[in-house]
Amino acid sequence: MSTLTTNYLAPSGREEAWRFTPLKRLAGLQIPETSTTSEISFTVKSGASSQALFKEIDNAELTPRYNSDDLITKRVRHEVTRTSLLTIAKDAELTEPIILGRNCTGKPQVSRLVIEAGVNSVSTVIIENSGDAQIGEEIEIIVSAGAKLNFVTLQEWSSDAIHLGQHHALIAKDGEFNSYVITVGGSVVRLNPTVDFTGEGANANLFGLYFATAGQHLEHRIHVDHKIANAKSRVNYKGALSGKDAHTVWIGDVFIHKGADGTDTYELNRNLLLTDGARADSVPNLEIETGEIVGAGHASTTGRFDDEQLFYLQSRGIPSELARRLVIRGFFAEIISKLSNETIEERIMDRIDNELSKVGV
Amino acid sequence: MSELIVKNLQVSVETDAGSKEILRGVDLTVKSGETHAIMGPNGSGKSTLAYSIAGHPKYTITGGSVTLDGKDLLEMSVDERAKAGLFLAMQYPVEVPGVSVSNFLRTAVTAIRGEAPKVRTWVGEVKEAMAALNMDTAFSERNVNEGFSGGEKKRHEILQMELLRPKIAILDETDSGLDVDALRIVSEGVNRVKGNSDLGVMLITHYTRILRYIKPDFVHVFANGKIVEAGGPELANKLEEQGYAAYTTA
Ligand SMILES: Nc1ncnc2c1ncn2[C@@H]1O[C@H](COP(=O)(O)OP(=O)(O)O)[C@@H](O)[C@H]1O
Ligand SMILES: [Mg+2]
Repeated sequence: MSTLTTNYLAPSGREEAWRFTPLKRLAGLQIPETSTTSEISFTVKSGASSQALFKEIDNAELTPRYNSDDLITKRVRHEVTRTSLLTIAKDAELTEPIILGRNCTGKPQVSRLVIEAGVNSVSTVIIENSGDAQIGEEIEIIVSAGAKLNFVTLQEWSSDAIHLGQHHALIAKDGEFNSYVITVGGSVVRLNPTVDFTGEGANANLFGLYFATAGQHLEHRIHVDHKIANAKSRVNYKGALSGKDAHTVWIGDVFIHKGADGTDTYELNRNLLLTDGARADSVPNLEIETGEIVGAGHASTTGRFDDEQLFYLQSRGIPSELARRLVIRGFFAEIISKLSNETIEERIMDRIDNELSKVGV
Repeated sequence: MSELIVKNLQVSVETDAGSKEILRGVDLTVKSGETHAIMGPNGSGKSTLAYSIAGHPKYTITGGSVTLDGKDLLEMSVDERAKAGLFLAMQYPVEVPGVSVSNFLRTAVTAIRGEAPKVRTWVGEVKEAMAALNMDTAFSERNVNEGFSGGEKKRHEILQMELLRPKIAILDETDSGLDVDALRIVSEGVNRVKGNSDLGVMLITHYTRILRYIKPDFVHVFANGKIVEAGGPELANKLEEQGYAAYTTA
């Protein structure tokens, strides 16, 4: 329940981390005085087994394995009573995804989930978010040595939802973490997908897709810390915006610390503005403290529909509305086809199509 | 029997320095079964003519008319022109990232024919057309024009023409950038479509080379935004020997 003794302060909006976020629209989730509940919000929809155990435990039993300076994370850790724990057994090779669903209703709540992928395990975890939540969350993801974890989080919230959180992955030696952050719903979504490598040969691929319509604020703040040598990271987020005051923010911070020799990193953000009145902020930031790296680069583009593409498609008899949809589907295909899950692919693209037809694109 | 009639067509483009006149009154009629070669130097306005007829938004029609079987093409949207039976094989085909050739072809054919092709016959139809153009079936899974070589792009244009079955096709420098083998394959493709249908062709080219494979019924010399001379195939021979100098210095 609520508390007034806190280890964090509400942001003023002048902080670098909060300067893009509409603080007035967060239902007070960032303000210590707002009371929250912490009922467990996840249900296992499918994929749980003896190899993939889901349970709820006392939060005190799960000491965080990293320090976070994100104030939402601090709040979650401070206020949450029960924590969800998903454990994938050592050496498990799970072909079926583990699907955790969450349908929340609108009152301020905090949620903490820990995912532990055991040594040499292979698994896919999908989180499906719907409803009109007001939620602050932390997801701590442990990718053990040699493990491969595909982590998909779908923000299919309804239009009033507020979702603030951090998804932090710790990737051990030769571990592979593939994350897909798909955000198409919600009034305000602000997620911090962050990565720390704890062993050499670790590999992180962070993919994202977001689509903002009128009035939506969708913010993704990626932070990859290369402190360990010979780790590899790839970031590729693609977004489309349509309608008045649709606003997206993409921050891509990659730090290559002293001693992280052999680092290989590349980050990319591309935005497609479908109408006037929308705004995409894109801030890649690469800091390098060692010269002994394999590669480091970043790119960011924000553009409009390519008239030549539309003309080409239309000149083959394809009506303009369908041509635009093909171009948008094509734009997102690079990300969404990597999910290798046709059900989700179709659901997300249908949702985008629906939103597009509402605004007449 | 179809008929594309271009009458006194005048076209300009908007540039930073204001409106620039490119086409200065083009007159041309292409009927079913006929092949018209449009030959002219670079920058004379050939692509502008092709794009204007197809409806590219960059070009402003300032005068004249274009009709296909009596219907005003200039009043139609780009896709309506294609549905009316017009096809433009582009000089520089456009890449469409993330859209596969097979999806693109099926979507286009569905739009033009007014109904989705039957799955069973469609697959065979595409395979056959690709084989005839010496295209590997793996092309179907690639993204439209992405990473295609110059020759592959041009074959892909002719493949579309074959599947979309237009009444009138404008081929804009389909020969440029092709080696001899590719030129032969592409030309055979055009001749095959002509043989199977009553296609009327407007063959835009800079060089006479392609005319050895695709025989024109008429040759038009294009310079400075209009047709300056018209004749039979023999006119091409004259251009071969003398070039365009006589038309551009005037
Ligand atoms: N968008 C444009 N802006 C400015 N000039 C253009 C534009 N498009 C075409 N032009 C000019 O119009 C003329 C004709 O071009 P084009 O039709 O491409 O000629 P061709 O196909 O015969 O080589 C050229 O001088 C070209 O530079
Ligand atoms: Mg040209």
